[in-house]
Amino acid sequence: MAEINSKIPEGPVAEKWTNYKAHQKLVNPANKRKLDIIVVGTGLAGASAASTLAEMGFNILNFCIQDSPRRAHSIAAQGGINAAKNYQNDGDSVYRLFYDTVKGGDYRAREANVYRLAEVSANIIDQCVAQGVPFAREYGGLLANRSFGGAQVSRTFYAKGQTGQQLLLGAYSSLNRQIKAGKVKSFNRYEMHDIVMIDGRARGIIAKNLVTGKFERFAAHAVVLATGGYGNTYFLSTNAMGCNCSAAIAAFRKGAYMANPSYVQIHPTCIPVHGDKQSKLTLMSESLRNDGRIWVPKNIEDAKKLQRGEIKGSDIPEENRDYYLERRYPAFGNLVPRDVASRAAKERCDHGFGVNNTGLAVFLDFSEAINRLGIDVVRQRYGNLFDMYEEITDVNPGQFAKEINGVKYYNPMMIFPAIHYTMGGLWVDYELQTSVKGLFAIGECNFSDHGANRLGASALMQGLADGYFVLPYTIQNYLSDQITVPRFDPNSKEFMDAQAKCEKEQEALIKIKGKRSVDSIHKELGHIMWEYVGMGRTKESLETALKKLKELRQEFEKNLFVPGTVEEGMNVELDKAFHLRDFIIMGELIARDALSRNESCGGHFREEYQTEEGEAKRDDENYFYVGCWNYQGNDEKEPELIKEPLTYEAIKVQTRNYKS
Amino acid sequence: MATDNTMKVNLKVWRQADSKAKGEFKLYENVETTPDTSFLETLDILNETLVEKGEEPIVFDHDCREGICGMCSLFINGHPHGPAQGATTCQLYMRRFKDGETITVEPWRSAAFPVIKDLMVNRNAFDQIQQAGGYVSFNCGGAQDANAIPISKVDADEAMDSATCIGCGACVAACKNGSAMLFVSAKVSQFALLPQGRVEAVKRVKSMVAKMDELGFGNCTNTRACEAECPKCISISNIARMNREFICAKFKD
Ligand SMILES: Cc1cc2nc3c(=O)[nH]c(=O)nc-3n(C[C@H](O)[C@H](O)[C@H](O)COP(=O)(O)OP(=O)(O)OC[C@H]3O[C@@H](n4cnc5c(N)ncnc54)[C@H](O)[C@@H]3O)c2cc1C
Ligand code: SF4
Ligand code: FES
Repeated sequence: MAEINSKIPEGPVAEKWTNYKAHQKLVNPANKRKLDIIVVGTGLAGASAASTLAEMGFNILNFCIQDSPRRAHSIAAQGGINAAKNYQNDGDSVYRLFYDTVKGGDYRAREANVYRLAEVSANIIDQCVAQGVPFAREYGGLLANRSFGGAQVSRTFYAKGQTGQQLLLGAYSSLNRQIKAGKVKSFNRYEMHDIVMIDGRARGIIAKNLVTGKFERFAAHAVVLATGGYGNTYFLSTNAMGCNCSAAIAAFRKGAYMANPSYVQIHPTCIPVHGDKQSKLTLMSESLRNDGRIWVPKNIEDAKKLQRGEIKGSDIPEENRDYYLERRYPAFGNLVPRDVASRAAKERCDHGFGVNNTGLAVFLDFSEAINRLGIDVVRQRYGNLFDMYEEITDVNPGQFAKEINGVKYYNPMMIFPAIHYTMGGLWVDYELQTSVKGLFAIGECNFSDHGANRLGASALMQGLADGYFVLPYTIQNYLSDQITVPRFDPNSKEFMDAQAKCEKEQEALIKIKGKRSVDSIHKELGHIMWEYVGMGRTKESLETALKKLKELRQEFEKNLFVPGTVEEGMNVELDKAFHLRDFIIMGELIARDALSRNESCGGHFREEYQTEEGEAKRDDENYFYVGCWNYQGNDEKEPELIKEPLTYEAIKVQTRNYKS
Repeated sequence: MATDNTMKVNLKVWRQADSKAKGEFKLYENVETTPDTSFLETLDILNETLVEKGEEPIVFDHDCREGICGMCSLFINGHPHGPAQGATTCQLYMRRFKDGETITVEPWRSAAFPVIKDLMVNRNAFDQIQQAGGYVSFNCGGAQDANAIPISKVDADEAMDSATCIGCGACVAACKNGSAMLFVSAKVSQFALLPQGRVEAVKRVKSMVAKMDELGFGNCTNTRACEAECPKCISISNIARMNREFICAKFKD
C-alpha cells in the first residue's frame, strides 16, 4: 500500500504555521528569476497565487478556459467571505472560526490546515481592501458584516450580492499588474489536457488552444492546479457551464490521490428545477437566510392544494405554517449549516409537504422581515436577488399578496436543494502538494479545509488563503533544491509523447460517431448521480449507481457522437466530450467513496446511519480518516483506498449540535 | 410559475466559420421552446437538433448563466443582450418573445472585437486596457489593517456601483462609434473614489485612455447608447468623472 505523509509541522496547533514559516526553506530573489511555475486556473485561488508568486519574482504561466481570467467561476459567488476580524466585537476569534469550521465540517477536516486558514483569514481582508475591493461599509466608514450559516457571530464581509466578483476583480487587477510587468504570461481560451512527468516529477502540461484546436506544450519547474470543483458531475448544479474536473482527473491518472470525493455540498436555497431543457440551477444566496424564514404547510391538505395550484403560499396563515428549521433547531434556526438545511427540506418533501407542482420545493418567506423592517430596507439588502428570482420565475418575492387576520403576507420564494460545491478533491499535504511531486492543488480543487461540509462564505476565504498566503510560502520549500535544475525542453521526448497521447485520445472521441450527443449522456449521468448518489444514499443505491455508471461509460465509449473532424479547429462538442469522459470517472469515484464510508457525516448522508431524530450518525471509531483513492494504471481497475488517519489535539470531537 | 406551454420561434443566426470567413445569416425555423426556458437554453435546444443531424452547432460564449461573468454576448433583435433592460443575454427568458416570432441573433460588431467563430468574438482588448493601469500597485503581504482608513459609505457604495461592470462589451457593441468609454470609465471611477486608488489616479487614467485609443476603439460623442444597453446599468456619470480626471491629469503634465 502506498504511504501517506501529510507533513503536519510539530507543536501545538496555534503555533504550527508560525513554526513552519520560521523553518521552511526559501528561494533567494536571484534564483526565483530562474524558476518557472505553471498555474492552471484564474479563479480566486489561481489568480491570487499567480500574482503573488510573480510579485515574489517567479516566472508564471497562467491558463484559463474562458476568454479572460476575470471570468473564472469564482466571479459568481454572491454572499461573502469569512474572516476572524471580530470587528463587530461579538466574541469572534481565530479559535472560534477554526472551531466553527471544524464543527461545520462534521469533524472530518484536518485540524492543522483549518487553524492556518482561520489564522490568515484576517490578512485576506486587509489585502483585498488595499487592492481597492469596495466591501460594504457602515455609515461610520468601517467595514460591515453579516451572518452566515453555522456561526453565531457576524464575520462575513461582503460587496452587495457580488462578493466573488469583487474579490476576483481584485485578484485580476493584481494579475494584470504582473502581466504588464512581464512576470505572468496569460493564456486564455486554453485548456490543460495532461500533466507531463519527468523522472517522477510534474514538469509541465499539454494544453489545447481552444480557438485553433491545436495542442501546445509548456514546461516549468512546478505545476499548480487551481481548476475548481466537480459539481457538474451531477449535470444540474449551481456551477458555471464550463466548470469541469478534467484537470483533477488528469492528475489522478498521474498518481495524485483523490480525497473524500463523496463529500459533495447540496445547497438548500436554489431555484427549483422547472423542466428537462434546463441547463443549470440558480443559487439564491445564503444571506437570504438572515431575514428569510423557511417553511412548508403544517397540514398535508394545504400542501396538496399547493401542488395542484389551487392556492398560493400567501393564502396560508401563520398558524398553519411549519417553520421546520426553527422548530427542529431552535439555537440556529434558519441559519443551520447547509447540509442540515438541505436534508430537512428533503425530509419534508419526502413526507409530501412540498409546495410546487412537482412537490420538490419549500418556501423562503420574507413577510416577517418586511413587516419588521419595511420593504425598502429588505430590498436594499436583497433587491438584486429578488429581481434575479423574478426574471427566472416571473414571481416577485417582495410583492404584497394578502392580509389575513391583520397580518400582511408577501409572495414567498420557492427553493429546493441543489448541488453547489465539492469538499472532496485532490489530496494535498500541509504544503498543498499532491501525492505527485511538484504538483500542487489549491482552492476548490483540493480537499483540504472543509471536512465533510463547508460553511457558507468559507470557499472564497480558502481560495484566497491558499493563493495569497499559503502556497507562495510552501511551494518554496519544494523549489529551494530546484534552483540548479535547468529549464526543461518542451520538445523533449516526454513532452512529445504526452502531446501525441492527447491527440490520439481526441481522435478516438471524434471517431466513435455513434448516436448520442454529449449532453444527452451527461444528463443521464446527472440523473444517476442525483437519484442514487444524492442527498440520501444507501448501500443499495450506491451499488446500483456503480453498475449504471459502468454501463454509461460503455455507452459513452461506443455510442457518443461528436460532429466534425480533428482537423477542423475549434470544436465545442469535442471539448464538452472531453469533460464528460472525466465526469463519468469522477461519478464512479464519488459513488465508490460513498459506498466505502459506512457512516453519515456532513454532506455524505447514508440513510442506514441516522439517529432516531433523523440526524447524521458518524462513526468516529471506524471512519475518522481521509479516504484517498489511488489510481491503478487504467480506468477499468478499481482504485485503491488509502487512509490518512485524522488526529485532533485542540478540539474535542463531538456530535454536532445546532439545537441548543 | 412553471407553465407547460410550448412556443415556437424562428432563429435567424449569424454563422461564420472563422475570423477570416465572410459569414452569413442562416434561418432556423420552428425551434420549439417554452416561455420559462432561457434564451441560451433555446440555443442549446437548437444546437442539440443540429448535432443530431450531424451539423455543426452554433458557437456562442457563455459560462455562469447568472448574469455575472460577462462571458455571454449576442446582439438580439438589434439590442446587445436582447430586449430586457438591465439584464444579460443569459438572463433573458423566452416569455419576452412572441410565439412564432423571428429573432435575429448576431455577434458584437466592432473593429476592436473581431469575430472568432459564429457568435463568438475576441474581447482581448478589454484585458489589455485593464493591464495598462486598472490596478493599485501594491504587493501582497504588506497591507495595514482593513479598518485603518475609514471610507465614507457614500463613496464606497458609489465605487461599488462602478465596480459592478462585468466587462461584457455591450457598451462597445451598442455605440455607433465603437467607443469603450463606459467600460474604461467604470474602472477609473472605482479607483478614483477610493483612497487606495487616488495615489496613482493621474497615471492610471492617462495610460488606460492611451491604451483604449491605441486598440482602435472609437471616440465618445455622448449618444448615451452605452448606458441604455449596459446590463449592469453603469451610469454615464462615470464618463464625466473620467473626463474630469483626464483633464486634471493633463494639467499636471
Ligand atoms: C453560485 C455560487 C455562489 C457561491 N457563493 C459563495 C460565497 O458567497 N462564498 C463563498 O465562500 N463561496 C461561494 N461559492 C463557492 C466559491 O465560489 C468557489 O468554491 C470558489 O470560487 C472556487 O474558486 P477556485 O479558484 O478554486 O476555482 P474557480 O473559480 O472555479 O476557477 C477555476 C479556474 O480553472 C480554470 N480551469 C478549469 N479547468 C481547466 C483546464 N483544464 N485548463 C485550464 N484552465 C482550467 C477555469 O478557467 C478557471 O479559471 C459559490 C459558488 C457558486 C457556484
Ligand atoms: S460598462 Fe456595462 S456594457 Fe460595458 S462592459 Fe461594463 S457591464 Fe458591459
Ligand atoms: S453567461 Fe455569465 S453573464 Fe451571461
